[in-house]
Amino acid sequence: MTKVAVEFTLNTREQNEFVETGSTLLSALRDRLGLYGTKAGCHQGTCGACTVIIDGEPHLSCLTLAERCRGKDVTTLEGLAPAGALHPLQQAFMDGFAAQCGFCTPGMILAAKCLLDRNPDPTRDEVVDAISGNICRCTGYEPIIAAILTAAQGLRKPARKRA
Amino acid sequence: MTRKRGRGMAAVNYPTGMNLGGDPSQALIHATTTGSFVVTLSSVDLGQGLKTVMAQICAETLGVPTDNIIIDTADTDTGPHCMGTFASRGTHRIGNAIIMAAKEARAVMLEVAAEELEVDSNDLTTDGAGTIHVKGSPQKSISIFNVALAAHFKHGKSISGRGIFLQPRSYPEPETGKMTPATCYAHACTVAEVEVDTETGEVAVLSLKSAYEVGRALNPRMVEQQIIGGAWMGISHALYETTEPYYPDRAHGPVDFNQYLMPGPGDLPEFANVVIERPAADGPFGAKGVGEMTANSPIPAIANAIFDAVGVRVDSLPITPEKVLRGIRALNA
Repeated sequence: MTKVAVEFTLNTREQNEFVETGSTLLSALRDRLGLYGTKAGCHQGTCGACTVIIDGEPHLSCLTLAERCRGKDVTTLEGLAPAGALHPLQQAFMDGFAAQCGFCTPGMILAAKCLLDRNPDPTRDEVVDAISGNICRCTGYEPIIAAILTAAQGLRKPARKRA
Repeated sequence: MTRKRGRGMAAVNYPTGMNLGGDPSQALIHATTTGSFVVTLSSVDLGQGLKTVMAQICAETLGVPTDNIIIDTADTDTGPHCMGTFASRGTHRIGNAIIMAAKEARAVMLEVAAEELEVDSNDLTTDGAGTIHVKGSPQKSISIFNVALAAHFKHGKSISGRGIFLQPRSYPEPETGKMTPATCYAHACTVAEVEVDTETGEVAVLSLKSAYEVGRALNPRMVEQQIIGGAWMGISHALYETTEPYYPDRAHGPVDFNQYLMPGPGDLPEFANVVIERPAADGPFGAKGVGEMTANSPIPAIANAIFDAVGVRVDSLPITPEKVLRGIRALNA
């Protein structure tokens, strides 16, 4: 199989990879780079577990060709906060019991981050809309919605704002 | 188009555990050199929170901080036996086994502390914050850390404990069929409000209000979370999920999440839950199982609410728009 060189930004660092043509970003992240924070769920774009942020927008990494990420800015769950620290969204998910089995959590958090980056003061309906591409089988969504609203509130306070 | 509202209720009595050839679970506890306590189990945490609640039970019984507890759900080849995390039995069965093991380990821990402090172990107590001290005299104390070190390197004692909980096999009485298949029963009642669209047959659940009697909520936030997650699953069973929707041919079955329907975050009703605590005599700190039952009462409550709204009694799940419309048509025929 042919391999092509792809240069892109991954979690603020320059990344150069040789990827197989036609292979997905999901496969590059998990199988080549060992970044297991991005979950492989349905492999066909219906569950949202593999959500990553590309140039500020949520994307399904299972439907995104790795070679199409050339020159793009990709953020995965691993890039949300420095090692050992938690992003306010992660903290709010933990404090609010918004994870049970945890499989949907990375996708939920990244979908929520895209929302909060463009809309720091979302309504409940806007939160619901932002995560409607992400399936959760455990929580009933209620604590996830609450955690995102709590994180939004915390992020709006300048004193607690993080990079 | 008319939208009709209805209200329905349903109650459930739910057994904790079940009776196979007897229902045992084991727990083994040992202290590390630095005063962590490893609880070895074959039980599994698949998101229900078993590790958290087992650590709470162990810490409470040993009298040490929860952070000192390591729950090791290692391997069914090498771990002590567990029947499994099913039948809402985890908290009750495994929790009871851990209490038994932790009591044995606590006795050794206090013996070692007694030798170090040169007092009688009956005069010692734990503060739950990492220290053992003489009752009424907190300054005469030793840390759990130093007790564990001394046990290993001075006294040659293993701070450890063995625990098992067995619900013995129950045979039915031949005359009556009466038996004791489970231990304590948890109870719940749900009131559902729905709105039925008589033109499309679609059902929207407006609210689910439930009361749960769970013995004791060892971790109230996690009990609340079980109830909401279970209620969501109940809505999903009642109205959405099926492997064979609409068509008799198996080939028309759903193959992905676009076709296998579940309620999304936009389909949530208003939830209101009340937890009632009546500690069970045989439960760990009074707890019963509150797992599977949380999906049970919402389903008949929704079915009853649909009957209340439009007079249609659907007796197979899921209650699809098609079944509701056929029912309405039959009523008007």
